[in-house]
Amino acid sequence: MSIQNLKCKECGSTYDLGAHFACENCFGPLEVAYDYSAFDPAATKRKIQAGSQGIWRYSDFLPFEGRPGDPLEPGFTPLLRADRLAARLGLDAELWVKNDAANPTHSFKDRVVAVAVAKAQELGFDTVACASTGNLANAVAAHAAAAGLRSYVFVPANLEEQKLLATGVYGTNLVGVRGNYDDVNRLCTQLAETRPWAFVNVNLRPYYAEGSKTLAYETAEQLGWKLPDRVVCPIASGSLFTKVGRGFQEWLDIGLVEGEQPIFNGAQAVGCSPVATAFAEGWDVCKPQRPDTIAKSLAIGDPADGPYAVEQARRTEGSIDSVTDEEIRDAIRLLAETTGIFTETAGGVTVGVLRKLAERGDIGAGERVVVYITGEGLKTLDATRDSFQMHEIDPDLESFESEFAQEVIA
Amino acid sequence: MPVTVKIPTQLRAATGGEAELEVTGSTVGEVLDAVFEAHSTLRERITQDGDLRRFVNVYVSGEDIRFQDGLATPIEDGAEVTILPAVAGG
Repeated sequence: MSIQNLKCKECGSTYDLGAHFACENCFGPLEVAYDYSAFDPAATKRKIQAGSQGIWRYSDFLPFEGRPGDPLEPGFTPLLRADRLAARLGLDAELWVKNDAANPTHSFKDRVVAVAVAKAQELGFDTVACASTGNLANAVAAHAAAAGLRSYVFVPANLEEQKLLATGVYGTNLVGVRGNYDDVNRLCTQLAETRPWAFVNVNLRPYYAEGSKTLAYETAEQLGWKLPDRVVCPIASGSLFTKVGRGFQEWLDIGLVEGEQPIFNGAQAVGCSPVATAFAEGWDVCKPQRPDTIAKSLAIGDPADGPYAVEQARRTEGSIDSVTDEEIRDAIRLLAETTGIFTETAGGVTVGVLRKLAERGDIGAGERVVVYITGEGLKTLDATRDSFQMHEIDPDLESFESEFAQEVIA
Repeated sequence: MPVTVKIPTQLRAATGGEAELEVTGSTVGEVLDAVFEAHSTLRERITQDGDLRRFVNVYVSGEDIRFQDGLATPIEDGAEVTILPAVAGG
């Protein structure tokens, strides 16, 4: 068994494998430590390939002694070649889209929540909770329902209606907080001290965050046990961005893949870009911002893993860029028109940044690039409203012919 | 000015289990200095070279001091200062 303890990312202090998330000595974030020294790459590979068609095929790399039961297993989402998108962007690259909207509640958050809920059950909690910008709310409510746990889901009250509906339906206690995500997060950090609940992204955050590594494992496996040269990944708290990097590193370390870390390009919205700003300014902390963007799922003004995301972009000679709301809307259309994938605003941010990198000439010929689409377009319908026109006609041939007269002649 | 300072779970070993401290001070910096005077090991845990460590958040009546004047943020009478780890969320 490889799981060891919880270890502070700042000062290295270690803790037992309980519901802890911040170091008592320096307040640094705690992370799960493993010992992979006994892993044989060939045997590990065979075990993975014989596993389930979801994230639990990687359970040796997740914080459990054995594979937990999970009635709503996420993962193994499609990795699709996007040649038409590459052509539209003028890229001579091998472009792939990892469509993580194809999860049980239609975002990558199913991965982290599946891990957190399994850990909550192992630790004996009967109630799970979270602070969410929407996708996490959907996932916590659904996975709690599937596991038969009670749940409390805290979101900014002004969230998209689709995300509220797709949370409340699971019978959770949905709490709309009059404030932004950072207010919700502070409130939940305080509640986690007094309520005996498993807040998936507060007191269970070290375990929860591990779920994001499965996106890296899947990418490598789907590419034929090879790494991409470059990834483009959205940044909200910075947890996904850094954990995808950790996932690749673990597989490099034990010899499951060869080569080196991909270049990491982070994507934020201009209206909430504390990490992109820190990257541009050369800071090692992120100055908090008050979010104002249509990309609400990325609207974290005080990103917990921001400093680590900046370090990772620098270390891999990547970047962290930001795009405007208009560029986000355009990018949602661009992805839909060229790949058939309808993404939410976060995906628009990611594809918008991909377009920016292409225009800047950052992406070299023949590079293998993976773009992470983390959520579903049906959750943020307002972002596509008025972006096209419907042809309304009477139910007869003349009406159709007259509406499309020009096209028919052409 | 009397101020209530809320101490998070992670720091209570350093305050002998106290969850709230009553101190005086007219800025956040002064309030924290008063806290460190009462519980000296707290200084090293949440500050480094005179500044807050990067994963420490401080709020005055619910408002992050980085949106105000940082450690120079003035304290109103009866205000509540909350220290929290900045490692949650996302």
